[in-house]
Amino acid sequence: MEKSGYVIEVEHLTKRFGNFTAVDDISFDVRRGEIFGFLGANGAGKTTAMRMLTGLSFPTSGKGRVAGFDIWTQSELIKKHIGYMSQKFALYGDLTVNDNMELFAGIYGVPKAEARSRIDLLLDRLSLMPEKNSPVKDLPQGWKQKLAFSVAIIHRPEIVFLDEPTGGVDPAARRQFWELIYEAVDEGITAFVTTHYMDEAEYCNRISMMVDGRIDALDSPHALKEKYGASSVAEVFDILARGAERSE
Amino acid sequence: MDLEGDFTIPKGELFGIIGPDGAGKTTLFRILATLLRPDEGTVTVEGMDIVRDYRTIRTVLGYMPGKFSLYSDLSVRENLEFFASVFGKDVKENAGLIENIYCRLRPFEKRKAGNLSGGMKQKLALCCSLIHSPSVLLLDEPTTGVDPSSRRELWENLAELRDKGMTIIVSTAYMDEADRCGKVAMMKSGKFLLAASPSDIVSGFGKRLASVRSDDMFRLLHDLRSMEGVGKCYTFGDTHHIILKDGTDMTEELVGEQLVSVYGHTGVQVRRIRASLEDCYMNLGEE
Repeated sequence: MEKSGYVIEVEHLTKRFGNFTAVDDISFDVRRGEIFGFLGANGAGKTTAMRMLTGLSFPTSGKGRVAGFDIWTQSELIKKHIGYMSQKFALYGDLTVNDNMELFAGIYGVPKAEARSRIDLLLDRLSLMPEKNSPVKDLPQGWKQKLAFSVAIIHRPEIVFLDEPTGGVDPAARRQFWELIYEAVDEGITAFVTTHYMDEAEYCNRISMMVDGRIDALDSPHALKEKYGASSVAEVFDILARGAERSE
Repeated sequence: MDLEGDFTIPKGELFGIIGPDGAGKTTLFRILATLLRPDEGTVTVEGMDIVRDYRTIRTVLGYMPGKFSLYSDLSVRENLEFFASVFGKDVKENAGLIENIYCRLRPFEKRKAGNLSGGMKQKLALCCSLIHSPSVLLLDEPTTGVDPSSRRELWENLAELRDKGMTIIVSTAYMDEADRCGKVAMMKSGKFLLAASPSDIVSGFGKRLASVRSDDMFRLLHDLRSMEGVGKCYTFGDTHHIILKDGTDMTEELVGEQLVSVYGHTGVQVRRIRASLEDCYMNLGEE
């Protein structure tokens, strides 16, 4: 299959619940190999949009392709070709580090022979080899998060969706986590990230800002700062969020 | 947790606690909230002993745990009324105290708490912890998962409460929030490594710090780490921050020159900067 330069292509995507328009006619692309920051206030529609992109819900109208598959007709194929991790996503605490990895490799259909070498590689990279046979629940939170990320990319997806992966994490552990994202992207995986930390938004190649279900801005952090005359992405966020009507 | 020595928090202080997961922040909160007995040591809240006087302490204490702990099946209003009644109060009595926060929830008064969005749940939890007008408020990571605008609003609310004389102890993973506290304790492995005002922490930094950027930020991170004289290097928004080792001949200018001539970077900028609270945190415990 010829791979296009885009991993996500979305046109006029809309989702309504009754008379509430959660996602309001958004169109955007995510380029292969980039870190795309998907920002917005609580309630702006990020989660609803992500659910459509990950094949968990259908839009009311609009078109979209994720990892080359149609969000209307091929949602099951999308699920196989993406990775997903959220702050809430739980590994199985009673299973060991190794068992969790084997389990998810199996679920994602990684051939057994290959799974072993990939798991060892990931364990090695995370320096988790000595903890291989420890139950996940005994690991410190920071390690759990790194492990959850590794599990999310164990099948080498084209794109990994990270839903507030660093919520509540201290500044040192957040930075370690971002270096894992950098490494995965360096190996060709595309990263789609939501975060409320505006310094993390600066690490993205491009960011979009959702306001009231719309995408009101989309560009590189540098270009957005220039456009809005702001010194940081945090300021850009403030300027855009001020116009929101459904703020909390 | 093993807090050595004494520490006191004066009345009306906004006291922040920061530290990695597992540092003991939540355990400390649970002890202060009289939910957990310390193995050793004593604590007094408003002059009362947390073991002996726990019943009285609970009437003057507001506690918002990190985990959502309201009744999901009750509506917004019902939750508020329930928590007021537990303390033998009426919602109307202290309505003024929560008005600035509750006004955002009023349109959803009849909605079940379980069906609120994350930001709204947090606001309701704060209202419920305030409705009996406590003199001491304990907030365990109140802004996790909350967007930047709502975070700022919450901190404006906290400043108002402090100005009314309330003592507030709050843990956070955000350094910009810690910066708003009168005093900040940095906690690690069950100990306070440092407890001082943000300005004192920052002025005591004592290391040579520079911000660096180039056109290839990912490679820059690794290249900086391999450089002689660079002690530590970490990402910092749209730049990387480096610590120049004590006694090294390396200067900001030399770092810049080498990045261009040895490592082939373009668009290089190196600037000497002053530390922020986040820099202090990143370099904690590495004396």
